Amino acid sequence: MPEPSSVGILVPAGMLGAGFDPATVVRGLALGADVIAVDGGSTDSGPYYLGTGQAKTAADAVRSDLRILLAAACDAGIPLIVGSCGTGGTDAGVRWVAGIVDDISAEDGLGLNVARIYSEQRAEDLLPRLRAGRIHPLAPLGPLDAATLQRCTHIVGMLGHEPIEQALRAGADVVLAGRATDTAVSAAFPLMRGMPPGPTWHAAKIVECGGQCTTDPRTGGVFARIDSAGFTIEPLDPDTACTPTSIAAHMLYETANPFTMREPAGTIEVAGARYTAVDDRTVRVEGSRFERAAQYTIKLEGAAVTGYETVSFVGIRDPRILASLEDWAGYLEKVLTERVAVVLGLDPSAWQADLRLYGYNAILGDLEPAPTPPREVGVMLLVSAADQQTATAISKIANPLLLHLPLPGMTYLPSFAFATSPAHIDRGAAYEFVLNHVVDVDTPTELFRLELPETPDA
Amino acid sequence: MPDPIPTPQTLDDLALEVRCKNAGPFWMTLDVFLPDDAAYRIADRLITVDVIAELYQVTPESLQIFRIPQLRAVKVSFPRPLVQGSLHDRDIHAGQHHVPLALLPIPGVT
Repeated sequence: MPEPSSVGILVPAGMLGAGFDPATVVRGLALGADVIAVDGGSTDSGPYYLGTGQAKTAADAVRSDLRILLAAACDAGIPLIVGSCGTGGTDAGVRWVAGIVDDISAEDGLGLNVARIYSEQRAEDLLPRLRAGRIHPLAPLGPLDAATLQRCTHIVGMLGHEPIEQALRAGADVVLAGRATDTAVSAAFPLMRGMPPGPTWHAAKIVECGGQCTTDPRTGGVFARIDSAGFTIEPLDPDTACTPTSIAAHMLYETANPFTMREPAGTIEVAGARYTAVDDRTVRVEGSRFERAAQYTIKLEGAAVTGYETVSFVGIRDPRILASLEDWAGYLEKVLTERVAVVLGLDPSAWQADLRLYGYNAILGDLEPAPTPPREVGVMLLVSAADQQTATAISKIANPLLLHLPLPGMTYLPSFAFATSPAHIDRGAAYEFVLNHVVDVDTPTELFRLELPETPDA
Repeated sequence: MPDPIPTPQTLDDLALEVRCKNAGPFWMTLDVFLPDDAAYRIADRLITVDVIAELYQVTPESLQIFRIPQLRAVKVSFPRPLVQGSLHDRDIHAGQHHVPLALLPIPGVT
């Protein structure tokens, strides 16, 4: 097939399951979309989703979005690419989205070839690479040790555009990828069709959050057309605009460095990019570069169990307590520590608690510029222990303190306002991100597994 | 009679937007967008390594400051003192950590 002079990318939303107006997808197809790409995951909602392999999004929300996108891709005869399936991009996440796609495909008689790319990694497979010195830390973490890898409940490698291209070349109509870089999802098809890497990767970075790069991020998706010299971008909603400022400013969003961004194969360099208004809602970008790295690397993400948690919540309105709130909180921690030692025989090093005074200084803690006595306060006690039974027991020992603890020197027992009965909720296992490392690889696809249907309908 | 255009008292008064988010689980990043070149110059002078290190109780060496006059924006990134989602992290997206910077007084304002 001859290389086209340009490639159009339709990104319907910043996240699969976020929802969008179906008319915006119709508009994107009318603009000549050659591919539909959407991100299905992120680390941004915390380690629980990777740690458990569960999705943040509701199945019905993902189903609703996919029904529109699959029909659009089928009608237009263009591929649909979903990255970081199921929030964490675990194998379970890919299978979860694939199950939804298969249901829709069967119900609506779409007959699509669906490729799955698995990016989950086993610790034992990474250990030889670690021993060979091929796993390196990214700041601020230090060198990796084997025990940290083995603690992880799930590890994923972030795939670049090559495994997606491999699936497309094998005839996939729909590509469901495990953990992928946000940009790879949009960059894969234009790169495969011969578009230059500088404009392609920069465009892919700008569209990855959907409407976030527009003047009204609530209106959904964007459309970008990449050519040999740059790219042009506009919102899918006709009443929303992209401006040179909204596009340039998007390089700041959730990035540590606004000028350079590392991908598996190299670095996106946008310091020299020029942003010009084509009209009052369309922007042209030229001058972006992609610097190929000497070593191809795959970034690892991993989550491990930190303990088992129970959360308790009580409200305080009494001005006498609120006037000495920090004294009360300190007294509670002291009495609780003593009671746990006596009743459960547990040393303070065997469990942890985080006592949060919502309404006073819970969110910023020591960074709070000027905490003042609040009108009321929500006290959250988060307990972490080695097992759930212990975390629950500590919380039950805390219960009468959260209900009645006086200030030191008070001659009577006050009673505070529990919000629910029981006042505690067991949270089960809690997780923490423990990997921020890259693996040197010899080929871009060696850590990933491509699964194609055995009997393609095409 | 009240002044129809109140003098900005804080960076938040001066800026279009002061925001904070995670940049991955191990970093947080602050973005300040200013409405014009004059406001940018004030913010550019105000936001220094020492000021941010004091406000956020982090070491000066851990800070990266990006000054982008074309966008009238200043960006500050540093490793999260608490890893996202760990027991003592009370702001999973770091979405409320713009406040200490936003409330920074503008010097010379009485």
